[in-house]
Amino acid sequence: MSGVRVLVGTKKGAFVITSDGKREKWKIQGPEFGGWEIYHMKGSAVDPNRIYASQCSGWFGQVIQRSNDGGVTWEPVGNKFEYVGDPGTHLHYDGTSKPWAFKRVWRLEPSLTDPDTVLAGIEDAALYRSSDPGQNWEEISALRSVKPTLWQPGAGGMCLHTIIQDPTNPLRIYVAISAAGAFRTDDGGRSWRAINKGLTSKYEIPDPDADVGHCVHNMAMHPSRPNVLFMQKHWDVLRSDDAGDSWHEISGNLPTDFGFPIGVHAHEPETIYVVPIKSDSEHYPPDGKLRVYRSRTGGNEWEALTKGLPQSDCYHNILRDAMAVDQMDECGIYFGTSGGQVYASADSGDSWAPIAKDLPGVLSVEVQTLS
Amino acid sequence: MTNASMIRVVLPFHLKKLAQVSGEVQLEIEGPVTQRSVLDAIEARFPMLRGTIRDQSTQERRAFLRFFACQQDLSLESPDVPLPEAVASGAEPLLVIGAMAGG
Repeated sequence: MSGVRVLVGTKKGAFVITSDGKREKWKIQGPEFGGWEIYHMKGSAVDPNRIYASQCSGWFGQVIQRSNDGGVTWEPVGNKFEYVGDPGTHLHYDGTSKPWAFKRVWRLEPSLTDPDTVLAGIEDAALYRSSDPGQNWEEISALRSVKPTLWQPGAGGMCLHTIIQDPTNPLRIYVAISAAGAFRTDDGGRSWRAINKGLTSKYEIPDPDADVGHCVHNMAMHPSRPNVLFMQKHWDVLRSDDAGDSWHEISGNLPTDFGFPIGVHAHEPETIYVVPIKSDSEHYPPDGKLRVYRSRTGGNEWEALTKGLPQSDCYHNILRDAMAVDQMDECGIYFGTSGGQVYASADSGDSWAPIAKDLPGVLSVEVQTLS
Repeated sequence: MTNASMIRVVLPFHLKKLAQVSGEVQLEIEGPVTQRSVLDAIEARFPMLRGTIRDQSTQERRAFLRFFACQQDLSLESPDVPLPEAVASGAEPLLVIGAMAGG
């Protein structure tokens, strides 16, 4: 392994932060697409030089950028995301029905096997695929047949933010939507079902145990155990050992189980990470202490990781897409804050250091491990 | 003798960067010079701008963009109304403006 490339999407542009395998000295490049919101960037696992970026603006709408040289140069590709047929309506914040309408692309998930194929999760929630790579987008519309009139926006909008491909079964894909819940296809997208049994949302939806309507914030999976999923819900951290068919809570001794991202260690499938946030009304760390919590037991037993992180007067948020892990022998963990810091740990979370201190608010963090 | 007009368009900063142009854009328009014909010509020459000025499906102007020319706000005009003669003749540019939202 020769090094890592951290892809940071912010409220005012994209940044690429690189280091060698020691991960001690860092070089920041950017901003690219200055002044635009970069909701997400992600590189292909098959061809790391192929990177996709979601570039958007309240003024100018959505642009998708593609790089074929590791982020040195970029070219705009297709940005037309049309729903199949009449998309109908979903629930709005005020309980009324509102027509589906495209807002932005939250997630770009390159295929695990084909660098020319990429999935996109959008707001208002829907899933798209491009096979040409990024020029044309086709909706995988069967997803929107799973009780869509009960889907509703979370505080960030009604976004499809999580896409997880099963590395052992190309027909199986998981997605998560805020606020609709988690969904799975076992036939490459032709049919979908809600996988929310065990989720309880007492203060968010009228029926706390409903099939759909839950505000799932993020999900993660270790590629060696594709039937084990971890979830950070609006409130509650959960786990499934049967590919989402059922879930149970693993919040354990967390100081609060509200939060956004959740991650899995690259080499230890039972080691997981969350960043507890005080509450859905107060989006900052409890007590002004920025603490990542790690469980080495797959949940329930958590330890606070504080070395190198501010332990007083810290009131940033860490958004759902703003955590990533690298594949180095000693696993690296990365996260970005709404205050523009990017923190990295080169020792599985034992200690941390900022690799960027003064960027715009961080929307997303991904990392590529380069050979 | 053709029915073509050479018109001038000033794009906002971010769209100039996206289209990789500097200064004004000059476009030849066949037939009537309207918002629609100008935007059609812009999008034909700069495909990366499709969807950034008007919605690709509805063709409606994006909410936070305005069209100014000859010291007038033409944003609410029908897209098929001829633009002022000074724009059609190239004497004055059509300004595509990002609305002053956000301070």
